[in-house]
Amino acid sequence: MKPFRKLAVNRYTPYYLPVLAVAVWQLLGQYGYISTRTLPTPLQVAEAGISLAKSGEIFQYIYDSAKRAFIGLVIGGGIGFVLGVVNGLFPIANRYLDSSLQMIRNVPHLALIPLVILWFGIDETAKIFLVALGVFFPIYMNTVHGIRSIDPGLIEMAKVYELKGFAFYREVILPGALSSVLVGLRYALGFMWLTLIVAETISANSGIGYMAMNAREFMRLDIVVFAIILYAILGKLSDSAAKLMERRLLRWNPNYTKS
Amino acid sequence: MSTHRLGARLHIQSAIKRFGEQEVLRGIDLTIPAGQFVAIVGRSGCGKSTLLRLIAGLEPPSDGELTLDGETIGGHHADTRMLFQDARLLPWRKAVDNVQVGLRTRSRERALDALSQVGLADKANEWPGVLSGGQRQRVALARALAGQPRLLLLDEPLGALDALTRIEMQQLIERLWLEQGFTAVLVTHDVSEAVALADRVILIESGRISLDVNITLDRPRERDGGFVHFEKLILDRILERDSSEAPRGKKLSYSI
Repeated sequence: MKPFRKLAVNRYTPYYLPVLAVAVWQLLGQYGYISTRTLPTPLQVAEAGISLAKSGEIFQYIYDSAKRAFIGLVIGGGIGFVLGVVNGLFPIANRYLDSSLQMIRNVPHLALIPLVILWFGIDETAKIFLVALGVFFPIYMNTVHGIRSIDPGLIEMAKVYELKGFAFYREVILPGALSSVLVGLRYALGFMWLTLIVAETISANSGIGYMAMNAREFMRLDIVVFAIILYAILGKLSDSAAKLMERRLLRWNPNYTKS
Repeated sequence: MSTHRLGARLHIQSAIKRFGEQEVLRGIDLTIPAGQFVAIVGRSGCGKSTLLRLIAGLEPPSDGELTLDGETIGGHHADTRMLFQDARLLPWRKAVDNVQVGLRTRSRERALDALSQVGLADKANEWPGVLSGGQRQRVALARALAGQPRLLLLDEPLGALDALTRIEMQQLIERLWLEQGFTAVLVTHDVSEAVALADRVILIESGRISLDVNITLDRPRERDGGFVHFEKLILDRILERDSSEAPRGKKLSYSI
């Protein structure tokens, strides 16, 4: 039993299923059960990736896409965070702003694509605008929630110990809201890639989405699938980075130190 | 700490506090001389914590006046520090940084000094989350005393601790009070704790002071006959075992 259990539960356990799926996919493609015109085999996809890497194009595309994604994240996330802090702290600001923001939130931001194309054309601004809009709400909502859920006992303590002004924000408000803000950031990263993929697929002249749409026109399915996998990897990487940040910034919290 | 500053003198004159319709404090008159250790006891809901919050300046009185060394208390006073029932440490700051919060100079050495006074010098770099309840409360005590307050308010600070830790904390508080000479006001529902620590015990019932006794026992206090005498005196008054007590008072205390 013991060796079996060791095999069943170890640090590679999460990878069993994906590896198995890829192996089955390869075999099915190789023996003709799936037409390579429907879906290229994993090896073909890997070859496409290698040739793109050799020519260097792929790095340019990744760079273009990542740049858009992060500029959008910084703008949208920054505005969301500031508005979240203001609305979380001042009920009067919340009364003025929150219901309008909730109204906008309920419009799917991707529904604005036709409008955004008319406003900004199909260049960078349009994509960055959409990404910023996509990441704004998760960060805004979670910042407000984080500030509202700070222990009132700590706020009273801050009063007794004369923590005022900037020190009050630095010592109490920001660290108190941080775990919530980071949850918002992880959601935002998901929205960030989603929005970017859609925006790049509809209109772009560089980036991963552009590469995929271009490949579609030449029926290069291997490159299309490679682009999809690339998005998956980038998404996973940014989530891991956010998780790492969580563990580093919240190391005081016993709930985050384990696993 | 070499610079001994005397405690503050507290004077409360017909303080009244209402929350909406309900009158929680119905006219409190109390003078606490500098350096005295006063314990306020009473049933839960009698208004003792509210009185402490008025003294701390966390809430204004609805009527009457509170003065500290002749100065009216309006808002929080820099010489006043408060120890809460829950330690209220910043969980994202290490123990020593939490103590630094209590120092206007934010001096790290003074903070370490204060920590060693409560016997926690070796825990300076621990997160509050890994400390025990008693240790957290000691860090909070170090934070309160680091700034050398002239008035220390204690709002049932030992209520959540186990019996042994509690006795240790009582001895610690008594020792630091004797060393530093601040005025102390302790709110508690534990009569024996009040007798063990205080120079003077005040009983609050239905928002009024109904008993004010000086505990004339030597320090350190032994749980001997004299101790039991004072404990019984106060407990009997709270539980109204004394037959001469008017039944009207009884009714009142239960209606709260």
